[in-house]
Amino acid sequence: MKNVLDRITVGEIILSDGAMGTMLIDSGIALEQCFEASNLSRPDVLENIARSYLEAGSDMVQTNSFGASPLKLAMYSLEDKYEEINRAAVRAVKNAVGDKAIISASVGPCGRIMKPYGDTEPEEVFESFRKQAEVLVDSGVDMILVETMTDIKEAKLAVEAAKTISKSIPVAATMTFDRTPKGFYTIMGVNIEMAVKELEKSGADIIGSNCGNGIVAMIDIAREFRKFVSRPILIQPNAGLPEMVGDKATYKESPEFMADRAREFLEMGVSIIGGCCGTTPAHIAALRKTIDSYGRRNKQSLT
Amino acid sequence: MDIIKQISDNLQRGEDEEVYNFTRRAIEQNLPAKSILDDGLIAGMAVVGEKFKAHEIFLPDVLLAAKAMYAGMDQIKPLLIKEGIPTIGKVVVGSVQGDLHDIGKNLVAIMLKGAGFEIIDLGNDVPPEKFIDTALENEAAVIGMSALLTTTMPVMKKVVDLVKARNLSYKIKIIVGGAPLTEDYAHAIGADAYGFDGINAVDKVKELLGLH
Repeated sequence: MKNVLDRITVGEIILSDGAMGTMLIDSGIALEQCFEASNLSRPDVLENIARSYLEAGSDMVQTNSFGASPLKLAMYSLEDKYEEINRAAVRAVKNAVGDKAIISASVGPCGRIMKPYGDTEPEEVFESFRKQAEVLVDSGVDMILVETMTDIKEAKLAVEAAKTISKSIPVAATMTFDRTPKGFYTIMGVNIEMAVKELEKSGADIIGSNCGNGIVAMIDIAREFRKFVSRPILIQPNAGLPEMVGDKATYKESPEFMADRAREFLEMGVSIIGGCCGTTPAHIAALRKTIDSYGRRNKQSLT
Repeated sequence: MDIIKQISDNLQRGEDEEVYNFTRRAIEQNLPAKSILDDGLIAGMAVVGEKFKAHEIFLPDVLLAAKAMYAGMDQIKPLLIKEGIPTIGKVVVGSVQGDLHDIGKNLVAIMLKGAGFEIIDLGNDVPPEKFIDTALENEAAVIGMSALLTTTMPVMKKVVDLVKARNLSYKIKIIVGGAPLTEDYAHAIGADAYGFDGINAVDKVKELLGLH
């Protein structure tokens, strides 16, 4: 069953995949420039990553389309190629996982700051997300995941753009928070209560947080979401925060460390868990065990 | 309330039109340009920087305050030049080659400008040679480099090595910063300083120039 919302409704806990960016770096592609350009040059690497997550036990695998909105690609003068870049991102995952996993299309921030704080018009941002969603939906993805957002207006525009393309496709939206003395806020000043309220209003079907934190802070973040949310929750922590070892950023939270603590997500009733930066197929395999030993079923009522 | 304090308060609230108006009025009343700058604009921006650091305000507030700061600075710049008041130093800033992220670098530039430095901003994706050539052309004593990506951080070392190879270490100091960086990394590549955030960068640049 590929409809993520149907599966969540019957109480299934969904395991997403782990990191893409750090996996690409580890695959040895020179990624000084655009991560998504490798969709065209090295689809084999993308297929390998998707396959290793499937084999590790992911129910859901993400496309390498995080930075493939035309506005973001324009930073690399690749905006004219947005259609083939997004199509290639979906094709690689499809080739690797077929019907065995939900294919979730990643949509990340456009990289611009909107007026009045920055110089970009909201219409321009909406149009960029709309174009990307159009290609992703047409390529046959099962859901769209708007992720790593810090500006609530941008997150809403991305959700609304996806919903304009298809009313039926499930759309999830996650934001990235920092711990402050006043609680969790994005760098743009959005707290979890505001995020939930606005994202639900925009029509997001699944809401949550990814990136920016290791699992310990993410447990606190998930608990905060639980207080306000009336939709299923998605959480994807990093494997800790990056530490430099020589020239290389390393993430030190082990698969066992993550999997051990992830049980708290399940007890809280989080519907989708997975990993962001620094997580690997080994982290996903460990999370698979945690979910399986929990019984794969959500014991909390979801609303 | 005195005009200078109005400038500082309105800057903190991000009221660019008010900062413009009060700066114009201060100039018409022949208040010293140096005082408008130091006690109005720089003082206001320092408060904004501290509040951002303490998470009391967020990026949008800082960006609006910066706009307000520029609205005032544009008005007093001709006066500062006319009165021969020098900036406290020149800094060349940019995100390193291959890195197209500039929000962090822009924040540092705002804070440095707000502290009275003249900033030559090279934008993002800046080739190593360009940092150095620009510093020489403008007689800037400090180069500030930013990187968000762990893949572009090593480019910083190229600039440090190039400064050494061209025997310019005696007159160009290098400060680095960016989300994935650490003090250790800055030290390992031979940079002169590491700025943890915008405010810290201002302190470090002042230290490099012996302004403390």
